[in-house]
Amino acid sequence: MSQYIFLTLALISIATALLMVFSKNPIHSVLYLIVTFFTIAGQYVLLNAQFLAVVHIIVYAGAIMVLFLFVLMLLNLNNATEPQKSNTWKVAGAIASGALLLTLVGALKGSTQLTASETANAQVGLVENLGRVLFTDFVVPFEIAGILFLAAMVGAVMVGKRDLKM
Amino acid sequence: MLETIRQIPVEHYVLYSTILFVIGIFGVLTRRNAIVVLMCVELMLNAVNLLLAAFSTYLGDAQGQIMVFFIMVVAAAEAAVGLGILVMVYRNTKSTDISLLDKLRD
Repeated sequence: MSQYIFLTLALISIATALLMVFSKNPIHSVLYLIVTFFTIAGQYVLLNAQFLAVVHIIVYAGAIMVLFLFVLMLLNLNNATEPQKSNTWKVAGAIASGALLLTLVGALKGSTQLTASETANAQVGLVENLGRVLFTDFVVPFEIAGILFLAAMVGAVMVGKRDLKM
Repeated sequence: MLETIRQIPVEHYVLYSTILFVIGIFGVLTRRNAIVVLMCVELMLNAVNLLLAAFSTYLGDAQGQIMVFFIMVVAAAEAAVGLGILVMVYRNTKSTDISLLDKLRD
């Protein structure tokens, strides 16, 4: 049962990611990317990483992609007037990324196989366990992440101001 | 042991994440709209996140999922600042075409 769900979600996300890259209209790109993010959230649920699935939907589909849509609509870029790169560039990009894919797959084939640990705790992705680890072993990085957010917020406001008086 | 990790070998997750990551790289290399380039970077970050979460579940270790959480934090901050810079660029050049931003080259 699980492998069918995995295959379906994987095929949908790869197809929508390709559509995101190839669609001319940036609004369509954003919408396809949102579908990709929802299928990745489905993969997290399949891996029993429920905390990550919920945070992924809230942060990516709820915050980041809404920000992208807002910027697209504010800049009024929803018409298909985007200049395209020449075909030479597209062929070069396809060759470069295809070579990277071949390299990574080849490296994977030669590697030793990882067997899943029999004693693996299946409850590791629940909020209770992750919260305990986050607030005991990772308190300092957590607080630093808060400072990073504050700095990013101040930076975004400073960059976005029309006439900045120092 | 989880039913999922008994039925799906971890190599499938590696292959799947690799394909998503390569699609992101292809988008970064071939698109000229800066917003779409930023979206492709988000896709690459997500491919890495998925692989970290998969290994974390297969090994039963929570630290990988904590790392995914921090990557999401950094991705949110990056998107906010990046889009702010992009709005500023649009105000100055009236375009989001990244091939116009070559002033440092000459």
